[in-house]
Amino acid sequence: MSAILHVQGLSKRFGGFVALDGIDLEVQPGERLGLIGPNGSGKSTLVNCICGTLQNETGSVAFDGNVVDGLAAHERTHRGLARSFQLPRPFPSLTLADNLRIPMLYTVHKRAGTPLHAENVEARCAELLQMVGLANKGNHRPRDLTQVEMRKLELARAMAAEPKLLIADESMAGLSHSEIEDILALLVKLNESGITIILIEHIMTAVMSFSQRLAVLVSGKKIADGKPQDVVRDPEVVRAYLGE
Amino acid sequence: MDVSLDLLIGAIVAGLLLGGFYAAVTAGISISFGMLDIVNIAHPGFIILGSYIAYIINIQFGVDPMIVSVVMLPVFYLLGTVIYQVYYLSFEKRGQESLRGLAFFFGVLFVTEVVLLLAFGVDYRYVEAPYIGPSLHFGPIDLPLRMLVPCLAALTMFTALQIFISRTFTGRAVLAVSQDQFALQLMAVDPVRIKRIAFGISIATASIAGALLVIIQPVEPSVGREYIGRVFAICVLGGLGSLPGTLIAAMLLGVVESITATFYGPSWAPAIAFGFLLLTLAFRPSGLLGR
Amino acid sequence: MAPFTLIAIAVATAVFLVIREPNIEYLFVAGYTIVQYIVLATAWNILGGYTGYVNFGSAAFFAMGAYSTVALVTFGNEIDELVPESLAPIFHLIFPLSIPTLIVIGGVVSGIVGFGMGYLTLRLRGAFFAIATLAMAVVLQTLVVNWEFVGGSGGAYIVRPGEFPGLGSYMQYLFALMLALAVLAIVTARAIERSRLGYGFAAIRDDELAAEASGVPTLRLKLVATTISGALMGMAGAPFPYYIGYLQPQSAFGLEYAVNSIAMPMIGGTMSWVGPLVGTLLLGTLQQVANVTISSAVNLLLVGLLLIGFVIVAPNGIVGLVQDRLRARRAK
Repeated sequence: MSAILHVQGLSKRFGGFVALDGIDLEVQPGERLGLIGPNGSGKSTLVNCICGTLQNETGSVAFDGNVVDGLAAHERTHRGLARSFQLPRPFPSLTLADNLRIPMLYTVHKRAGTPLHAENVEARCAELLQMVGLANKGNHRPRDLTQVEMRKLELARAMAAEPKLLIADESMAGLSHSEIEDILALLVKLNESGITIILIEHIMTAVMSFSQRLAVLVSGKKIADGKPQDVVRDPEVVRAYLGE
Repeated sequence: MDVSLDLLIGAIVAGLLLGGFYAAVTAGISISFGMLDIVNIAHPGFIILGSYIAYIINIQFGVDPMIVSVVMLPVFYLLGTVIYQVYYLSFEKRGQESLRGLAFFFGVLFVTEVVLLLAFGVDYRYVEAPYIGPSLHFGPIDLPLRMLVPCLAALTMFTALQIFISRTFTGRAVLAVSQDQFALQLMAVDPVRIKRIAFGISIATASIAGALLVIIQPVEPSVGREYIGRVFAICVLGGLGSLPGTLIAAMLLGVVESITATFYGPSWAPAIAFGFLLLTLAFRPSGLLGR
Repeated sequence: MAPFTLIAIAVATAVFLVIREPNIEYLFVAGYTIVQYIVLATAWNILGGYTGYVNFGSAAFFAMGAYSTVALVTFGNEIDELVPESLAPIFHLIFPLSIPTLIVIGGVVSGIVGFGMGYLTLRLRGAFFAIATLAMAVVLQTLVVNWEFVGGSGGAYIVRPGEFPGLGSYMQYLFALMLALAVLAIVTARAIERSRLGYGFAAIRDDELAAEASGVPTLRLKLVATTISGALMGMAGAPFPYYIGYLQPQSAFGLEYAVNSIAMPMIGGTMSWVGPLVGTLLLGTLQQVANVTISSAVNLLLVGLLLIGFVIVAPNGIVGLVQDRLRARRAK
């Protein structure tokens, strides 16, 4: 079965600083991949390069069988790649419902080829807000939200783009135990409907219970990639987290 | 052919002298825009303000304009810190710098120009100093002191700035703030304070640049607008935040402008800088030596 | 036709008739200026307020409209010298062009300039775009000053016909045309606001990176905004030579256009079509009064100070202040 995401030899530097060094990564359709690593290891940079927010210097990214190098971020989103931002980036002047409307108007609508009906959009926005637990805040603005609620909005916005592959970047930071359970259940449900998910998290219990496969990034290099229970016992991984 | 070559050499020399001066004019922007990411388009307005202050004191008391500008340094520095504080509280903190910050500086530029217009009218003003007039001659090369002295003063100021940035703690903190604010905070240095100091310095350079300007050419309130394009063109071409790059770009622009003015007439000069800017932005936005 | 458009046309017609009543020529002259600024402010706001990209070169787009008129009128006057004899009769049939035609052409020219400039600079950050607009304004002014065909720095005379059949003085005709343009500008702005395009613009303004990630083709939309904004400004500029009679580059490229196009929407409020209208009516009237009573320089000073003041204190303009007041009252 061909991978839905194929990253080959991807490198990214910022001036003299090497953020990513020859990353190879494959994700199978419908897979649940966990991506972990210490702060500053390059996880978000990797996401940015995959999604087109940043351009990598070397290496190649292929999505759904097609090479996407050089494509703008919005085009990759049209093809089914969606991500949430680690530091939430909501649209401050729009209501929450309108925040979700943007990907619907510009991604789902684009794919469908015909304009979406207003009522459908309204209903879909409400449905998404409900799924992440923001149901009665539809006409609030992002500034009224807590940090935690903003992360939920980020996730909902990524979901609104109806992706084939969803990258959730630290959506659970600061959430309570039950909230984590809710989001995990949501992600599992999405996955069951066919969406491939890459989960980037620091909360190990969540990562372990969710991931079918686990990859570890340290200082821009991938040092482990395999079954979660094997990876966490890998001496290199242990060293990276606990130090020498 | 001989005549043309002389003309060309003369144009190049004049251009280099002009370029030195342009570097001084741009130094402030290199700091505020190149390092602090503040689009202070009002900077030329402050330069003209400096020119007029040098002019009044020179005409009233006969003091050399460059001395006036040095005396005025603390005043301009203070002005810079106040403006930064307003800018920070109103825009940077709220994350609104793109639209409103720009409009703010545009307003400041505009108000400065109109105030000068009301105070001094549209007549051209010029200063008097012993080196305005005589020239040095080296064979076919003419070095008017009117251009040479400001150029040397400019290079001195520029070198002082470079030393400050690379050798002093505060200077290096400014460089650090431009690269990584967060890391700076971890070192217990207040980035806002550093930026305030840096912006103050950038406006202080306008005091000196203003005096040099009024030595080189007569000024009237709208002259500032001609320099907006030059200043940003040089800054971008030289690579944001690189002082050496700014110097090279300034010389380059000075020479091209000078050659164009000599062979095609002075009315095309304003377009040169802006044309440079548009081309640079379109094709090589990181500049010659940029990061 | 949509109800709002009908209402707008009705209001514009009413304004025209009211201004016409006292039969004072000055009212048309002053009214023309204010309505012209409605167009400029609304046009600026499409790119500035809706999309978040500041244009400092409004004067250039305005002047491009004015100078395409000058070029075409001059050409029309010199057909026999410029065109081979065999083709001359065809040109004589087409020229002189009516002002509505000139308006359309002015819009097309400025639209193309906007598109071109956008294409060069919109890949970069908003700050670079803003500086580039300043640069472009100066470059275009230099080109015009050096173009003898349209009069160069000496300026060009455009003869205004004395009367317009059916209406009265030609000034009334110009005023009516400008009112029509204002209706067009406002209807366009409002249509954009409520459309998919408007959402896209807002997303770009709020967070361009997130907009891209959500599927918004940011470059394309920014080009659309720049083109529409530029075209409207060019349309506002096209009748200007007829209005002023003698056009010098300094007046067409005058600083008051740049400042007012920015100040009026920012003081009025940038979030909707109402803001530029409110800002223009207030500032425009203020300036007409100040021009007559104080001096034009002090008048501009006031505009500049108001701009700074509002930008610091009331970021959402007068409309924003009113909305906050209403929201506070509703909360009680």
